[in-house]
Amino acid sequence: MHAGTVDAGPGRKNQGSSMSARILKALKKPKARRCAELTLGPVFLVAVWWIAFAGELVNKDLLPSPFATIADTAVAIAAGDMIHDFLQTLIRVAYSIAIATVLGVPIGIALGAKDSVYRSLEFVIDFFRSTPATAMFPLFLLLFGLGDIAKIAVAAFAAWLVIVFNVAYGVMNARQTRILAARSMGASSLRIFKDVIFFETLPQTFVGLRTAVSIALVVIIVAEMFIGAVDGMGHRIIDAQISYQLTDMYGSILAAGAMGYGLNLGLLIVEKTIVHWSGR
Amino acid sequence: MTSSVARVSADGIARVGEDLPHPERRETEPPMPKTSARQRMISIQGLKKSFGDTVIYDNFDIELPQEELISIFGPNGCGKSTLINMISGLMPMDAGEVLYDGQTIKETKISYVFQNYREALFPWLRAIDNIHYPLKVMGLPRRTREERVEQLLADFEIKIDLNAYPYTLSGGQQQTVSILRALVTEPEVLFLDEPFSALDYEMTLFMREQIQKIYLKTGTTTLLVSHDLEEAVQLADKVLLLTRRPTRVAEIVDVGLPWPRTTQVTTDSRFVDIKRHCLEVFWREVKAS
Ligand SMILES: Nc1ncnc2c1ncn2[C@@H]1O[C@H](COP(=O)(O)OP(=O)(O)OP(=O)(O)O)[C@@H](O)[C@H]1O
Ligand SMILES: [Mg+2]
Repeated sequence: MHAGTVDAGPGRKNQGSSMSARILKALKKPKARRCAELTLGPVFLVAVWWIAFAGELVNKDLLPSPFATIADTAVAIAAGDMIHDFLQTLIRVAYSIAIATVLGVPIGIALGAKDSVYRSLEFVIDFFRSTPATAMFPLFLLLFGLGDIAKIAVAAFAAWLVIVFNVAYGVMNARQTRILAARSMGASSLRIFKDVIFFETLPQTFVGLRTAVSIALVVIIVAEMFIGAVDGMGHRIIDAQISYQLTDMYGSILAAGAMGYGLNLGLLIVEKTIVHWSGR
Repeated sequence: MTSSVARVSADGIARVGEDLPHPERRETEPPMPKTSARQRMISIQGLKKSFGDTVIYDNFDIELPQEELISIFGPNGCGKSTLINMISGLMPMDAGEVLYDGQTIKETKISYVFQNYREALFPWLRAIDNIHYPLKVMGLPRRTREERVEQLLADFEIKIDLNAYPYTLSGGQQQTVSILRALVTEPEVLFLDEPFSALDYEMTLFMREQIQKIYLKTGTTTLLVSHDLEEAVQLADKVLLLTRRPTRVAEIVDVGLPWPRTTQVTTDSRFVDIKRHCLEVFWREVKAS
């Protein structure tokens, strides 16, 4: 064991978005191959869907034709009403993530900096991290009323916990050697935080950020379904179900999926650009 | 444990090469002549360090000459890294005092090169910005920094693309960047902890030449931990041999071969004799327990 080279313990967590990671990798392959690889899955899905529909393997009242769904979705997008719902959900997610990040990163860094502080709060953070965010809807409704604020607040709270946890974890597992190197140059604690620990923590911060976005999206969609919303993808899906517009419901589900996927992929691209040294 | 005292004055050291036909001390003197009549000394007094129940150092005293290249060699886990970490101020000592020609660690300009360059360089900064960083910490204005870095690069004829990020460079290039980063502050004492042990053999040979070039050019007091006896002898005015824990000085061996020390030196009979002597001391210390 070398005094100067303490290992960072367990490998950095890398949950989620393995698919988008693979897509990102695929983007670097030759064009034809990658087009084929990228389209194969969706084509397969539509084929299975169509066989199930045409062969009447599933009750016709529950499953529309994939092509009718795609056509109706295209119309809904062109008419603008789906775009409106899509944007409303996106904006709510963006607000909650922005709040969670602004409040979460500094607090995570502060908690991680003092091992003893984090240890004493670990149980509380873990407890609320494990509590289903949706279980807190009633509480947040009491606090913030029926409007948008309550929805954003619940999502922000859930996302905030994940970010705090991941940032603190990242700070606690920062490589000691670089910190020592900076200290040996005479850097102050503040400088070490700003120039070394912040960057050391970035990969773990992004892991937290991606998880937080997924959680925030789930919370917002569910909130839009059941808590007095007038727009948003969650509202649209439940509305289509109630009014029995099957193609709209399926199309909206796909659109919500596309949003989650797109957010994840976007974040991954941002991460690869900013944390260019990760894993090298 | 009895304390071990090994004093090294300009003349008072047991020389291994004494029976050999008077070796020239150096063919090439370092450019910084020892103008003061008095040899400047690193003095370590009453050093103590334990990890839990394991005593590493107990009343460890030693004096080492400055403006020399001193290598440190000893059994695995005897505390070589711990020693230079403590006397470079990276690690607190349990007790003891370290003075560089009367100055405390804090008052002395110290640079440290880590064994694991991958974990010591900042991968988010380009190589050139890594080299700039310690000067930035010192608060020097951009112009001054650029002049200093340029001078340094010119001095050592560096042929590395310094606009690259460290992780795109080879191991040897990365360690060179780390060494440049350590040198840019013009330290009074330079510490290197097994700086080449992560490099392949060819690169290691090349880096040994680089270290000599740096030492001969700057004359900086350099303490080099090595796990390779040949390297420890080749790259040193004096080899500090340590015992097993609790660690004492086994011997300080004066190498006294002319600089620069090419790879051919390692087959020179005087070199072989010194190395054999070091090895004998090493085995004696490893077996005595
Ligand atoms: N931070 C630490 N905590 C506990 N024990 C330590 C710590 N650092 C070093 N040690 C122990 O102290 C002893 C000396 O360690 P050190 O790294 O200084 O040895 P070394 O001579 O450099 O060894 P190596 O040849 O492996 O580089 C070892 O037994 C090591 O396990
Ligand atoms: Mg060591």
